[in-house]
Amino acid sequence: MSETASETVSETASETASETASETVSTENAAETWTLRGYEMVVGLEVHVELATRTKLFSASPNRFGDEPNTNIDPVTLGLPGALPVLNRQAVELAMRLGLALDCVVQRSTFARKNYFYPDMPKAYQISQYDEPICIDGWLDLPGSIRVGIERAHLEEDTGKSTHVGGTGGRIHGSDFSLIDFNRAGVPLVEIVSRPDIRTPDQAKAYVSELRAILVAVGASDAKMEEGSMRVDANVSVRLPGAEFGTRCEIKNVNSVRSVGRAIEYEAQRQVGMLEAGESIRQETRHWNENDGRTHTLRSKEDADDYRYFQEPDLVVVDPDPEWIERVRAALPVLPAARRVRLAALTGQTADAEAILVVTDRGQDAYVLAVAEAGGDAGRALVHVKEAFAEQGDRPAVPAADLAKLTRLEIDGKLTATQAKQVLAEIVANGGGDADAIASTKGFEVMDTSELESMVDDAITAQPDAWAKFRAGEAKAAGALVGAVMKASNGQADGKAVTALLETRRDSS
Amino acid sequence: MSSNSDRPEFPTSAADIAWNVRNNVTSAADVLERHLAAIDEREGDIHAFNIVLVDEARARAAEIDEAVAVGRDPGPLAGVPIALKDNMCTRGIPTTCSSKILEGWRPPYDATVVTRLHEAGAVVVGKTNLDEFAMGSSTENSAFGPTLNPHDTSRVPGGSSGGSAAAVAAGFAAASLGSDTGGSIRQPAALCGVVGVKPTYGAVSRYGLVAFASSLDQIGPFTNDVADAALVLEAISGHDQMDSTSIRQGPLDISRQLDMGVAGLRVGRISDLPEGASPDVAARLDEAFDALRDAGAEIVDVEVPAFSYGLTAYYLIAPAEASSNLARYDGVRFGHRVEAPDTNAMYMATRTDGFGAEVKRRIMLGTYALSAGYYDAYYGRALKVRRRIAVDFAAAYERADVLLTPASPTVAFTLGDKTSDPMSMYLCDTYTIPSNLTGDPGMSVPFGTGDEGLPVGVQILAPALEESRMFRTAAELERRVPQ
Amino acid sequence: MGAVALVVVSDRITPEAVAKVAKLARLSLSDDELEQATHQLSDMLDHFADIDALDLDGVEPMTHPTPIANVMREDVEMDCLDRDEVLAAAPAAEDGRFRVPPVVGLED
Repeated sequence: MSETASETVSETASETASETASETVSTENAAETWTLRGYEMVVGLEVHVELATRTKLFSASPNRFGDEPNTNIDPVTLGLPGALPVLNRQAVELAMRLGLALDCVVQRSTFARKNYFYPDMPKAYQISQYDEPICIDGWLDLPGSIRVGIERAHLEEDTGKSTHVGGTGGRIHGSDFSLIDFNRAGVPLVEIVSRPDIRTPDQAKAYVSELRAILVAVGASDAKMEEGSMRVDANVSVRLPGAEFGTRCEIKNVNSVRSVGRAIEYEAQRQVGMLEAGESIRQETRHWNENDGRTHTLRSKEDADDYRYFQEPDLVVVDPDPEWIERVRAALPVLPAARRVRLAALTGQTADAEAILVVTDRGQDAYVLAVAEAGGDAGRALVHVKEAFAEQGDRPAVPAADLAKLTRLEIDGKLTATQAKQVLAEIVANGGGDADAIASTKGFEVMDTSELESMVDDAITAQPDAWAKFRAGEAKAAGALVGAVMKASNGQADGKAVTALLETRRDSS
Repeated sequence: MSSNSDRPEFPTSAADIAWNVRNNVTSAADVLERHLAAIDEREGDIHAFNIVLVDEARARAAEIDEAVAVGRDPGPLAGVPIALKDNMCTRGIPTTCSSKILEGWRPPYDATVVTRLHEAGAVVVGKTNLDEFAMGSSTENSAFGPTLNPHDTSRVPGGSSGGSAAAVAAGFAAASLGSDTGGSIRQPAALCGVVGVKPTYGAVSRYGLVAFASSLDQIGPFTNDVADAALVLEAISGHDQMDSTSIRQGPLDISRQLDMGVAGLRVGRISDLPEGASPDVAARLDEAFDALRDAGAEIVDVEVPAFSYGLTAYYLIAPAEASSNLARYDGVRFGHRVEAPDTNAMYMATRTDGFGAEVKRRIMLGTYALSAGYYDAYYGRALKVRRRIAVDFAAAYERADVLLTPASPTVAFTLGDKTSDPMSMYLCDTYTIPSNLTGDPGMSVPFGTGDEGLPVGVQILAPALEESRMFRTAAELERRVPQ
Repeated sequence: MGAVALVVVSDRITPEAVAKVAKLARLSLSDDELEQATHQLSDMLDHFADIDALDLDGVEPMTHPTPIANVMREDVEMDCLDRDEVLAAAPAAEDGRFRVPPVVGLED
């Protein structure tokens, strides 16, 4: 089938699909379901991540993003005659680390050659783990009690980068020539293959986000989708519930978490449209186009290359001894899911509350814990960190004790929320500071008692009915009186102090 | 042997040369000039070299002499002129594999063996001709024309390391290095009447050796005598962290045991050895057993039932690996390119023009053996046969310390004899192939002559890392060569 | 190429299969070469049929001559090759990179 023909089909399908979809599809929450006219989607994700090593998987040139083209090269990287690969121990350790974080089994593994010609693949074969991957049989839990199985996570080398010059807009087709940079060639990758357990676009997005968080947490990868150090391919099929799996299409070029959701939603709709039109789905690789929001045929599986996999004779078996595996397991940090639970417990929130998600994702949960440890109020600290520490990274400059002191002043009623915010802004700007002193220079003194007393008296005079009810024992009636004092003080008064004064007046009258 | 008349004054053996140079008896420069003169005289007839490195060698010899003059020891191969098979990378010096596809390529790095030879004080005199990418048994598959046998220039020197074997036989170099994937050192050594050793797989680093079949390739020496082979092998062997298949141990320790003799050694005769050896070769082999028995060895009969399947296993496994190893010659990063309108057409044009017929044949055979639907029947089965062969040899080595076979079924054959029938050429490797499959060492040692007075080589096989045992046997045979 | 009529002694491999293999290996064959290659490969495969008779059930494939494991290097940088030297040896280079003709026809 020609590319044009397949495009026509997909457009027709998508129009029909999207109208109905907007009525029936709900994608607010990972726990909710996605169906389209009775069909459900079946999605598995293949995520490639570049490992955060100093050097390449099989040679000693730097694994570094953004350098001048073809400067990080050596005989192995370029596939020069006579060059031989030697495995990077750190890459193996990072693969083990992420595998163990995904509850995988680490096993004896081997490397194979995947043979195909492409100018950015220097040896015309990629060294990749094939039938014996280092990690198998794990899982990843998503918020909402959804467990996605991990089939395998295996080591392989990255390719170089092709730039297509001339023609229109850097696309392959119609280009005049291509230029190849081999800096990326040989960079260690782990490909993490999920089982087809994902049923909604939001689950897919949650999977990618959670996986990213884990990779960063264990130090396996910086997992930056925008720089290509984390790349997602989606295998999408649709079926009527309970039926056999449908024919799947592999979607490539999905470059952000948001695109993951959009691409698989589009693709599932396209497939449902085709099935309803009486057509069959052809197994193929499709390309997600961010601009038009559609997937396009890249190549069909029927004429796929014959990769002629065979075991790489230049490399030997990798069989980590149990002691090494246990050492890596023992050194694993607390993972994001557990950290969220810990932070939620400390701050009295639920684990999927927005502040918990945001702060944990930034890696600032440990900082909030430190503030609490330093005598601060965890709840107030969580709010401040979420709101004011977006630029601070996982090791904020502000000493935990400084933020702790600020939250104490708030809790003790010495600063209002508004004042606290202003003091915090200054503390953040200066990379720390004594909240008490800053409050003083800003004139945020705790209000004079006599001033407050006269405001309370004014409120009683102004609202005799409320005062009468309060005296009669109706505690709720205090609200109107406190509100009036707050208003009169421009919010500077401490609510607790006002209530205390009202009670004193009542009891002594 | 070459006809230089004033040899006695100037030793031909590497050990003697090195001793003389180290002890300031002879200068490295004199030694080199003597060899360059031999090259001048006969290289035109023999074509052992793809390139002779006259200037580089002279500069290097001067360095060696200077070191000696200031009392520094240049090393165990001081001033020894050595030739390298032209599939070993030499920094800045063309490395062609006798293929058009690598014409003009100068590697930006040295092979580990080149570095080690340098550290041992050797003087590299040139890069020798080979069957393209080491695929062949006659050195006729060279893009630059065949090498001829110094004993009879109407005959082949064997292959694929024919240039390296001929260079030593003709006195162009005191020693040379070859590579042996299925017999490419031992067979030409036999045909040229020199010593040739394929060490245990992993004993010598393959880093910088242009790969033919990675799980079979091994570098080894050609020399005039057994002691020299030990000397060179000791210099180039030992662990190299650049080669993941390199065995983690120091250099082989051989020389010290060379003169221990074979008394009590159990020498195995393979009773089910594949047929095919010509009567003259078979006769020399029988005499070799007799000679060793006379020297006190015990001759035992052993069986290696899977021996005869080696050829099939080899000619499926080696081309399979080669088809992948030779995919990198794609006209993108180095070497030859034939321009074409798109990259795929460029690949086709470059590879079709750059590779010779035998290389293409093996690439196609190997691609087929690995391709979907055929892997299990061909490559997969061949790997199991390989295991079977290794198991059979291990059993034979329970009963024998070393095994003796012919190195080549025949003496040197005439140019063009086997070029039209690839299968007849492949049969040259019958006796040498098994030790590449098992990884065990093997060597060919000259033992008399056969038809037309041409050299015959006897092959000695030993278990992995038992080189010293193999060399002891070779040294004994050398002492008892039929006159 | 399918139209070429061939007289093949052995049918171990068809001209179509040889043509497919040549394409996979990025080699082009003339009709004559295809015929000759088919003949030679068939002849070889006939010879290699000797192992068909072996019972190899349960035999572990042998991929490496030596059973060594866990060879790894430390994650330490070493010197890189000089870009200018490498690009000077390339068939075509531009702008610090290797230049190739347009990349089409590689997806089938």
